[in-house]
Amino acid sequence: MERTTIDLWVGLFVLLGLGAILVLALKVGNLGGVNMSDSYSVTASFSNIGGLKARAPVKSAGVVVGRVSAVHFDGERHEAVATFKLDKQYSFSKDTSASIMTSGLLGEQYIALETGGDSAQLKDGDKIKITQSAVVLESLIGQFLYNKAADGGEVK
Amino acid sequence: MPSRLVKGVRGIGHRVVNSLWRLGVASRFFVLILLHSGSSFRRFHLVIKELFSTGVLSLIIILVSGLFVGMVLGMQGYDTLQRYGSEEALGVMVALSLVRELGPVVAALLFASRAGSAITAEIGLMKATEQLSAMEMMAVNPIASVVAPRFWAGVISMPLLAAMFSAMGVFGGYLVGVKLIGVDEGSFWSQMQNAVDFQQDIVNGIFKSFVFGVAVTAIALFEGYDAPPTAEGVSGATTRTVVTSSLAILALDFMLTAFMFRGEG
Repeated sequence: MERTTIDLWVGLFVLLGLGAILVLALKVGNLGGVNMSDSYSVTASFSNIGGLKARAPVKSAGVVVGRVSAVHFDGERHEAVATFKLDKQYSFSKDTSASIMTSGLLGEQYIALETGGDSAQLKDGDKIKITQSAVVLESLIGQFLYNKAADGGEVK
Repeated sequence: MPSRLVKGVRGIGHRVVNSLWRLGVASRFFVLILLHSGSSFRRFHLVIKELFSTGVLSLIIILVSGLFVGMVLGMQGYDTLQRYGSEEALGVMVALSLVRELGPVVAALLFASRAGSAITAEIGLMKATEQLSAMEMMAVNPIASVVAPRFWAGVISMPLLAAMFSAMGVFGGYLVGVKLIGVDEGSFWSQMQNAVDFQQDIVNGIFKSFVFGVAVTAIALFEGYDAPPTAEGVSGATTRTVVTSSLAILALDFMLTAFMFRGEG
């Protein structure tokens, strides 16, 4: 085979290999960014977000309508602030409530939105006021045990 | 009676000495390759020519097997994960198993049987037809001009092939998991990106495939160079290349994994 043809093929091969490493790093690994076309960004603060992570889905009535873009801690109010992007084609009322739910018993956590009755719509940069934190399994079990103990005390 | 016993013991000793001797020759051969590899970088077109036959010609089998391994992982993983209601973790499972283990190991096994056997047969035949002796007669060092370029071509192409295998496998898992079965696309990618660490998983996987590349190519070259110069000798050497390098890959994989991922959840 011609020298130039071989050079071309080997060049393609090396580029393809490096491309694969790049894909692994950006798409599979944690070096990539988040991009979503046509969306608006909304924030909500929770007293406890549980295991919510960036890129977790935002669902309304069970349908994915957006993605969490960032989670950070508000040092002044000691709350977790989740920023999420919602698809432009869906609009929600200003008094929408956000709660953190778990899919399945031990599955991934997501934000569930429930729309309210306000006629004004959420806009880019708005903050959702009504929020409900994640249910922490340990505190739930603790509460259950505490109640059980209290019940036992009454029977005596 | 005692003479038969002595014969038996002598037989064992003979075998042990023989295999140790062979191991020593192989190590010396490996060192010779490294010593003479300067010229293959000075005349890099020799390496490029070998990159074509080891790398480019292995592309099809690597890409197709990667795709199918990924698709099967997607199906099997979904079947197991949905019993625990955590099918969103499919992306994590597919990506981690490919990047950490299946990518480097399966790509290296395929590489050993596709390219390693070809290298052994080629060099064995060169030796059988006395091309290597002819080179020596012309004061051309066959290790520098024939063996070292093949070694570096194998070492360069192995990590690239393994990365392509993993990328193709993740794509196959995506095709089956998201497009066919209907796992949520965002969860698939987001959980994968949360779980797969660049340094810890991807770089370690690439390092593994680099080590496999060194092992497979060195074994293939040595078997070819050491082959008895007959038709049977070359065929036996080719078989030994595939068997020895497959076992070496698995043993090295266990050792590397023990060093890399010890004590992790």
